Amino acid sequence: MELVIIGGGPAGMSAAVAAYESGVRDMMIIERDEALGGILRQCIHNGFGLHRFGEELTGPEYAWKYEKQVKELGIPFKLNTTVLDITPDKTITAVNPEDGVFTIKAKAVILAMGCRERPRGALNIAGTRPAGIYSAGTAQKLVNMKGFMPGRSVVILGSGDIGLIMARRMTLEGAEVKAVCELMPYSGGLARNIEQCLNDFKIPLRLSHTVVRVFGKERLTGVSVARVDENRRPVPGTEEYIPCDTLLLSVGLIPENELSKSAGIALSGVTGGPEVNQDRQTTVPGIFACGNVLHVHDLVDFVSEEAETAGKKAAEYIIGIRKKNADVTLKTDGRIRYTVPQRITEKSDVNVYFRVGDVFRGACINVYSGGRLIASRKKARVAPGEMEVIKIKKELIPDSGELYFELEAKK
Amino acid sequence: MAAEGIAYYDAAVIGAGVAGAMTARELSRYDLKICILEKENDVAMGASRANSAIVHAGFDAKEGTLKAKLNVKGSEMMSRVAQELGVKYKNNGSLVIAFDEKERSMIEKLLIRGNNNGVRGLRIVEREELRRIEPNISEKAICALYAPTGAIICPYELTAAAVGNAMDNGAELLRNFEVTGIEKKDDVFEISSGSKKISARIVINAAGLYADKIAAMVGDTSFSIHPRRGEYILLDKECGAAAVHTVFRTPTEKGKGILVTPTVDGNLLTGPTSVDMTDKEDKSTTDDGLARVKRETSESIPSIPFAKTITSFCGLRAVGSTGDFIITSPVRGFINAAGIESPGLSASPAIAEFIRNMLLEQGFSLKLRKDYNPVRPPMHGFACADTEEKNRIIKENPAFGRIVCRCERVTEGEILEAIRRNPGARDVDGVKRRTRSGMGRCQGGFCSPRIMEILADELKLPFEAVTKSGGASLMCVGKTKEGR
Ligand SMILES: Cc1cc2nc3c(=O)[nH]c(=O)nc-3n(C[C@H](O)[C@H](O)[C@H](O)COP(=O)(O)OP(=O)(O)OC[C@H]3O[C@@H](n4cnc5c(N)ncnc54)[C@H](O)[C@@H]3O)c2cc1C
Repeated sequence: MELVIIGGGPAGMSAAVAAYESGVRDMMIIERDEALGGILRQCIHNGFGLHRFGEELTGPEYAWKYEKQVKELGIPFKLNTTVLDITPDKTITAVNPEDGVFTIKAKAVILAMGCRERPRGALNIAGTRPAGIYSAGTAQKLVNMKGFMPGRSVVILGSGDIGLIMARRMTLEGAEVKAVCELMPYSGGLARNIEQCLNDFKIPLRLSHTVVRVFGKERLTGVSVARVDENRRPVPGTEEYIPCDTLLLSVGLIPENELSKSAGIALSGVTGGPEVNQDRQTTVPGIFACGNVLHVHDLVDFVSEEAETAGKKAAEYIIGIRKKNADVTLKTDGRIRYTVPQRITEKSDVNVYFRVGDVFRGACINVYSGGRLIASRKKARVAPGEMEVIKIKKELIPDSGELYFELEAKK
Repeated sequence: MAAEGIAYYDAAVIGAGVAGAMTARELSRYDLKICILEKENDVAMGASRANSAIVHAGFDAKEGTLKAKLNVKGSEMMSRVAQELGVKYKNNGSLVIAFDEKERSMIEKLLIRGNNNGVRGLRIVEREELRRIEPNISEKAICALYAPTGAIICPYELTAAAVGNAMDNGAELLRNFEVTGIEKKDDVFEISSGSKKISARIVINAAGLYADKIAAMVGDTSFSIHPRRGEYILLDKECGAAAVHTVFRTPTEKGKGILVTPTVDGNLLTGPTSVDMTDKEDKSTTDDGLARVKRETSESIPSIPFAKTITSFCGLRAVGSTGDFIITSPVRGFINAAGIESPGLSASPAIAEFIRNMLLEQGFSLKLRKDYNPVRPPMHGFACADTEEKNRIIKENPAFGRIVCRCERVTEGEILEAIRRNPGARDVDGVKRRTRSGMGRCQGGFCSPRIMEILADELKLPFEAVTKSGGASLMCVGKTKEGR
């Protein structure tokens, strides 16, 4: 087969449509869930598509726009099908109830498996292990897709977007959200979500706070929260007990790259996703990646954009187009945590996406090539919760060497 | 004879931990009507759920003690038992490392003790060989006691399999049956749990932390049990290779010292701490304890990547007041298997045999059953099958082609099997322990709603009645506005 796309969320579907439009026909989307749409299926709030379609859509509405295209174009997809393995030579092993365990040899592969939430264990919170502790996404699924309430009085740890959205959702469902605690001195979510999901409902956001202990034998009965110092260590004496029956965790998303590892793809230590060039091609030729499997996005609009690049470039790869007229590595100063892409191998206009590691005001992003400033962008405020982008013009891309991304700011 | 209207059994085993489970399995070889009484909603909810999962070689316990004798014997039996029960078992060997000359003299003493206990193949390995066989070991370790017979096993898998095998051979499991009273009437014991009552001629007290309470019900107050906390940190499978052997620190009087070990499922396990407690129900972890686990295990193996922690948990050791296993019979037909602290898991097959022999000595006639089958097909049969076999199974039952837990790749077929097969899972944690679903990186984030659905369907429960681990541990509290 020419192209296999792993994952039928917004990234996978956009990539498939783009590849189709670039002429690929012998292709297939593989999705483990029982329907296309990925995580958007459970995101019934609106706020999707503002950039791309100029209107506020709900998650399922946004997904439907692409699902409709996939179906109209007749792009084949297999549901209830889990990919078990990808080899470096692009042999894919998958399983489903109808076909059993089967393999497909592909010319090109697009990885679009999305991400997963960081669980409690990773935080090592002391205390008991009662019912009532969920990741925010699991709670979202229970409420929005199954119609059940995980609890009635809630503390949320972490101010990631799903946590903020769930603070509002649980409140609307009649639960009391007692606090959202955030370890960092700033929120990891979008500013608009803080406004619309917390402030509008008078839910307190406690920055520089964490949950230090969990209580309750069978069902959660309360948590103890404490302030943390600048090294993020709990300050003794600041503990406060909050009775609650539910603790939701929104403490970070991790790109799902178990399959990428089996394919021998180099992963970035910062994003947790593959290292890619401007085409979203990984270090294994013919394997591309897009969406949250590559780096965690805050807006689905950017996912679609990135996926289109991957789809189009995968199509070019299949028909044998190999453009390589540069070999440039993108480096960052640490204030900028990472860039995607991490490499540029072709001189074309490249949108470089990045995230910062802290909140900065009066920021200026400078890009240097061999000590020469080639691009610069000012921004009143940058924050870890919001992805940024800077365009590098093709004529400014060197043949080789480094592009250095630096952030100047007052902090 | 038993009073009318009360179910009668030849033998009642109180406690479905590994000791009770193995004993029930041993007794199920004979023509006996057996029940296992368990206060929780599932088997292996006590010490047999949360421990180091080590089949100890047998060099720790003092010469001449029951602990020493039954450990060495049990450890010899374990590989066969594991095979019969289809339980994963790996003979990875263990090391007790010494950091200085004082510790060297300690492990030399252990070597002598082990030899006296009858442990095979013990020897001291010096720095260079140690580094070769355990590549990530600390530079500071000067030598180690090597025990080639040391092994690892999954304790709750072993317990569930032993109970399952006993049930396949006719034993009954009564859950949520917390024994609250025992009355001896002629030659039978009437055992009650609140208003529920059964009677039995033989009673095995394998109630773990509560064995003292049960013994007192027949007037035996010769011992007491107190809990000793042990906290652990479990790491991702990515880290499983950080240790090859089970690596112990030199023991102290409180226990075997903190260890680092691979698990049979390929994770890395670090712990336990050792803190005396009073509350037998307090299984909480503490900041101090977890910090200590990290600190001390990092001294043994400096490269442990604690950032890849999956979960932490706490187990309570049932420490007996005599210092040894307490396997005694205060009244004919009533046998204590108490104070079964470490190496109780390792010793469990030998404990079961020992108890059977006591019954024989007391004049109970045990007639072998003709149809007894010691074999239980493995729970992880599907996972271990080759592609051809998997496809055959999927064709027969498509549920095996539907992956529910993506991290551990557990199929719907395996989850259904875990619920349907003896002793069937009744709650989310029960499914988790049997199938490993929810034990991987995402800790059930993705699959728990689906598992709740399957449980509700299979057990014919409303969705909101599904629990995490029985009792009041409800996963949900009701319907949403729209769902109502
Ligand atoms: C931290 C720690 C580490 C250990 N490491 C190892 C090791 O590496 N190797 C090893 O060999 N051993 C180890 N052990 C020891 C081993 O875990 C125990 O010896 C073994 O699990 C004891 O089994 P048990 O059946 O006696 O007790 P348990 O597993 O505690 O079972 C007792 C059961 O009785 C039930 N019960 C209690 N009261 C009642 C009642 N009134 N009515 C009905 N049911 C009741 C309980 O619910 C429970 O299910 C360790 C123990 C701990 C705690």
